[in-house]
Amino acid sequence: MRVAVCIKQVPDTEARLQVAADGRWIDEEEVPFVINESDEYALEEGLRIAEAGETGEVVVFSLGPQRVTEALRKALALGASRAVHLDDDAFAGGDALATARALAAAISKEAGDEGFDVVLTGSQSDDVGYGSTGSVLAGHLGLPHAWLVMGVEVEEGGKSAKVTREMEAGMNEILRLALPAVIEVQAGINKPRYASLKGIMQAKRKPLDSLGAADLGIDAGQLGAAGSRLEVVSVGFPESGEGAQILEGDPAEAARALVEKLQKEARVL
Amino acid sequence: MSNNKVWIVLQQRDGKVSRISWEAIAAGQKLAAALGGEAEAVLLGSGVSEMAREVAAADLAAVHVADHENLADYTPGAYVGALAGAIGAAEPAFVLFPHTYQTVDYFARLAQETGAGLLPEMTGFEEGADGILFHRPILEGKMVAKVRVKGEGTVLASVQSGSWSRDDMAQGGGAEVRALDLDASRVVPDREILGVEDVAGGELDLTKEDIIVAVGRGVGGADKMGPVEELAAALGAEIAASRPVVDNGWLARERQIGSSGQTVAPKLYLALGISGAIQHVVGMKGSSNVVAINKDPGAPIFQLARYGIVGDLHEIVPALTEAVKAAKA
Repeated sequence: MRVAVCIKQVPDTEARLQVAADGRWIDEEEVPFVINESDEYALEEGLRIAEAGETGEVVVFSLGPQRVTEALRKALALGASRAVHLDDDAFAGGDALATARALAAAISKEAGDEGFDVVLTGSQSDDVGYGSTGSVLAGHLGLPHAWLVMGVEVEEGGKSAKVTREMEAGMNEILRLALPAVIEVQAGINKPRYASLKGIMQAKRKPLDSLGAADLGIDAGQLGAAGSRLEVVSVGFPESGEGAQILEGDPAEAARALVEKLQKEARVL
Repeated sequence: MSNNKVWIVLQQRDGKVSRISWEAIAAGQKLAAALGGEAEAVLLGSGVSEMAREVAAADLAAVHVADHENLADYTPGAYVGALAGAIGAAEPAFVLFPHTYQTVDYFARLAQETGAGLLPEMTGFEEGADGILFHRPILEGKMVAKVRVKGEGTVLASVQSGSWSRDDMAQGGGAEVRALDLDASRVVPDREILGVEDVAGGELDLTKEDIIVAVGRGVGGADKMGPVEELAAALGAEIAASRPVVDNGWLARERQIGSSGQTVAPKLYLALGISGAIQHVVGMKGSSNVVAINKDPGAPIFQLARYGIVGDLHEIVPALTEAVKAAKA
């Protein structure tokens, strides 16, 4: 199976975040960047699908500035064969529609004569969280898709896949998709592996190519911020409602104060 | 050229319009008023005429019904096929959807197909000098972005649960129910539905608990659960979890609270190391008293909580167990 996996590099949301000077995004200085959580699971699922056959390969794609090459090198160390960096200022600031347009063109360009049997993405990015890029990508590629996928079983020698899709309230739907398809993976589908030292050494020699807007033959007005219908005007912390009464002191003092509140004020103990 | 109409595409299951669909109607009525246009609902399914009459009691200019056997079970292919032509013909300014897993599964694809703009997960909007600014959560709910729509043509937007209330929905004088203009040749499933499975089910029903102690990623591992279990025992509480805890295998999926787990409203909900991402919050925000313990003072859970302690839960939880035991002694 030939597998394409799209990954995104996002700010570590555990980090202390601050609004940038222009107010339109966070200040990225000093913030660590990581591979988006559900994309890590998508990559692992892609590696497993490729490894199940004798001739599998995984090509990993990512759009973003220079720092994104770290995420791509990590994907190569985990077992991807080749990486493609969508590297052009014209790609920056895109909404789900503009970003998917670029990814679809890159995947089509790299598909070769055999094409990809499956395209995997995460379900949602932990930064802008549109949850939509993979589905739009499927539309551009003319492939069926499923979002929030918690299980993939390739069937009929790669002609179809049995897919488990998460629904609300703890229910899953089992469905069958014809392949090739775009499968948008939910966090928790598998247990992602760690990179081995051997993998990290091998990754240094694996190809990492970059593609710009001109390579994709797309007019820059269709890409990035210029090609988007959404424009972020400002970002900020949620306006605080009343907020919690914060109980101060060392752990023992704070715990005692809390229990007193729960007994006397909230009357729940 | 799009007009200033607002459509609301409803979600239904087993003969009932979902709660969040009513909230989306309320949002659509408000947005239509801001645009100086009218709100119209769209209902898709098979044999949904009775539901359409119920929807028509809301203050709407029309209820469009797409009734087709291929819409009985949801598939993105059939749903996109049913809606794409109608949206292209009517060119509403906005088409709102309830922000559900089903909506997100197909509405991005519908935007691609129709060339519409796409605004996922709106939680509110405000009217400013430069037009309407929409609010949506970013960075797992830690921040809110205000976004403007630019360019021409329809925009598809999903409305997050709890952002508007069904009580805000205006009742009307009986909207006209019309058949949506369908090109049946496009209403074609693109996946084969094999069945559904209940994964959260299990034996555990957390909805009946008075006190729930819920742990998040901050708990740090399955081997760190001992002190949490002692606290739950002291309180007579059941233990629950946010999604990352379950994904990491630290607790069983039947204990998951949130959009893909159980929805609870106990008298007391202790959130330990839970940041307060919207996917979790929708499952517990009805709790009477929320206590948050988190090392990050900026965690959104503190906005929702009545009481909070900022600090390391591994130090605070044992102290809390002692304090509870002392109080009950």
